[in-house]
Amino acid sequence: MDRRFLTGAIAVAVVGVLAPLLPSYPLTLLTQAVISAIFAMSLDLLLGYTGLPSLGHAAYFGVAAYAVAILAVDAQAGFVTCLLVALVAAAVTAALFGLLAIRATGTYFLMITLALGMVVWGLAFRWVSMTKGDNGISGVPRPELALPWNLTAPLPFFYFALAAAALAWLLLGLLVRSPFGMSLKGIRESESRMRSLGYNVWLHKYLAFIISGVFAGFAGVLWSYYNGFVSPVDVQLVTSVEALLMVALGGSGTLVGPAIGAALIVFLKNFVSVYTRRWLLILGAVYIGVILFAPRGIVGALRGEASPRGER
Amino acid sequence: MSDAPALRLEDVSKAFGGLRAVDAVSLTVRPGERRALIGPNGAGKTTLFNLISGTIPVSSGSIHLFGREITRIAAHRRAALGLARTFQINNLFPALTVLDNCLLAVQGLTPTKFSMLRPVDRYPALAERARATLESVGLGDRLDATVRNLSHGEQRQLEIALALAGRPKVLLLDEPTAGLSPAESQHMARLLRALDPAITVLMIEHDMDIALEIAEHVTVLHYGRVIADGLRDAVKADPLVREIYLGA
Amino acid sequence: MTAEFWLTQAFNGVSYGALLFLLASGLSLIFGVMRIVNLAHGSYFMLGGYVGLSVMWRTGSFVAAMACGALAIALIGIAMERLFLRRLPATQTLDQVLMTIGFALIFQDLALLIWGGDPYTIPTPPMLSGAVRIGDLTFPVYRIFIVAIAIVVAAALWLALEGTRTGALIRAAVDDAEMAQGVGINVPTISLLIFALGAGLAALGGVIGGGFLGVYPGVDFEVLPYAFVVVIVGGLGSLPGAMVGSLLVGLLDNFGKALFPELSYFTLFAPMALILALRPTGLFGRG
Repeated sequence: MDRRFLTGAIAVAVVGVLAPLLPSYPLTLLTQAVISAIFAMSLDLLLGYTGLPSLGHAAYFGVAAYAVAILAVDAQAGFVTCLLVALVAAAVTAALFGLLAIRATGTYFLMITLALGMVVWGLAFRWVSMTKGDNGISGVPRPELALPWNLTAPLPFFYFALAAAALAWLLLGLLVRSPFGMSLKGIRESESRMRSLGYNVWLHKYLAFIISGVFAGFAGVLWSYYNGFVSPVDVQLVTSVEALLMVALGGSGTLVGPAIGAALIVFLKNFVSVYTRRWLLILGAVYIGVILFAPRGIVGALRGEASPRGER
Repeated sequence: MSDAPALRLEDVSKAFGGLRAVDAVSLTVRPGERRALIGPNGAGKTTLFNLISGTIPVSSGSIHLFGREITRIAAHRRAALGLARTFQINNLFPALTVLDNCLLAVQGLTPTKFSMLRPVDRYPALAERARATLESVGLGDRLDATVRNLSHGEQRQLEIALALAGRPKVLLLDEPTAGLSPAESQHMARLLRALDPAITVLMIEHDMDIALEIAEHVTVLHYGRVIADGLRDAVKADPLVREIYLGA
Repeated sequence: MTAEFWLTQAFNGVSYGALLFLLASGLSLIFGVMRIVNLAHGSYFMLGGYVGLSVMWRTGSFVAAMACGALAIALIGIAMERLFLRRLPATQTLDQVLMTIGFALIFQDLALLIWGGDPYTIPTPPMLSGAVRIGDLTFPVYRIFIVAIAIVVAAALWLALEGTRTGALIRAAVDDAEMAQGVGINVPTISLLIFALGAGLAALGGVIGGGFLGVYPGVDFEVLPYAFVVVIVGGLGSLPGAMVGSLLVGLLDNFGKALFPELSYFTLFAPMALILALRPTGLFGRG
């Protein structure tokens, strides 16, 4: 356990040291990768550790992103207010959606979360008075913190995002190694056994769902500030699907795998779109390839573990 | 301590569509008793276990644990009341280690299972109990093995360990020797004989020798109905039982 | 809100439900037999529409458009199932579902590549345009046509399932695939048949829908949740469920959009939430 922590800490440090040396475009990609990593890790908690395949995870990401955009642009609210409201919004959304979704398992769960994600997308699209619809909300200013660095510059914002990602990774890392985290793994492996051992399986799944939603919201907050612009694209199905692919590619149930998967997808996406507009085609083909040939993902394959996803 | 029976079933039935898998079963098990539940395949034994453990709801009748009615109580809460079970087909956590499997079992009835920010290995008391339980079933040297890689016999041992880890008062064993070689069955029999005498044990078992060796009291099920219920020698001699089951 | 309003909206809801039935019935049956949810199902709808569009441009025959659309996509469905989904072990249903996502992305991009980004409407034959007047109300002929097609398809499916030997085999496989295989029913062939049928029906829906919803990039992911809500509400694997579900969703969505346009997909949400709260496996589902 400590070895992984050490490796992670070194990785963060290396990235942190190299960042000032990067030209601006790769730096923005790296910032995006870091934010996506938080999003992917939040999904891994649900999919990799609890065994709940959510296809609507962009909902919580988007709700938080919109909350920040609306408050920061219309109400000129400060960072702390935006952050708190956004996280609460994501939590409440997850709590509501969880009540519907957690009763289902496997395929049903997948479908229900997909439909719920679409509900949020539909609201983003049609509730024009709140969300400005298809036009999206632009002009989200960078947060003004009581720090000597100006977050409107790319490098300071990158460090800000990196620190946030490191914090998220730490917290999630503690969570999955805690007794609660282990109970999630138990649920993934055998719900019936967990019940006979005295676990209120529904409650554990529900809590995991909400926590996962809050971390997704955390990523959404950062994204809103980074991008300066929030639109229905951030809540669309393809966004949820990309998150799923990041987890699958990196290796579900490993936390760090999805983070790496996120970085890979971000770089691939941007690299590929330099040469061709067929980004979705390639993404789909990569997806199929991963499922067929590397079901444990990159990190899973490296660790030589059997697939943590049991048969369903 | 009241003298309520450890487990009492009153007219319990379970119907699946038109099929009565369990038909008006009544039985009473005293604390500390060892009871064997036998009967041909399809007699409803595992269904009865599923009803007692709360995995499926009864169609009619009532179930009482130490005098308290548990008929409508959720499975996980029955576990908290002291009920534990094993499964006929191994129901373990295949991707986790043997130790982690048992840790899950140990923490299941403690509030620790909601602890979110401290690593599992900061709870040495739980780990100790898990190790001790695993030792008692003979898996003390396989703590770090992934369950998926265990032999069938070892998995059956782990099945029992998981049920014992929570220090149950009533233990339901569903064919503990299923799929075991004769040597492994003997080992399992030794394990079962060494169980804490304070635990009430209700055991489904196909191996008649082991069943009758461990249990003094036998209940025979046939087509979901109790056809014999008494001390083992009486049941062995019962002509109906001999005809249907023991094949005499 | 006059009676006129309610009747018109009800009719629109029914016709929309008819379209949804074509889309969702296949999804429901596929799940019944194979226990997988095909996330490329919306793509079948979309591709059917595009193929129908091209055929219509080429030949001017709406019948040809419907036939070619359904057939072409049925073949794509067969290829997808045989060449890719089959390669995963039957137990890894989650992986199969995730794989269909990959296909959905590929199909979306291919459609963009072949037909471009502009929205189109399939030109409908003059026979089907215009409207029927009853009193003060007008009912577009095209919508009546959609309802008619859906009824014909529903009746044909029902008769096939209940009245023929193949139908009995299919029902057995939908009920319990393992058991059916055990008594000698060739479940893999039946799965393939159902998959092709489902894809073809969805594509047919796409051609027909193309005449009044249009065909455009993104319609695949827009109709997909509707299909899902229909089967969630109706219950996976149930034909009556798909019928009732599509009618319900069509009506509720229509009234929702007419009365509360800002709430959009929320009108999907309400019936789904209610059904899930009362019956987690859907109205007619087997879970």
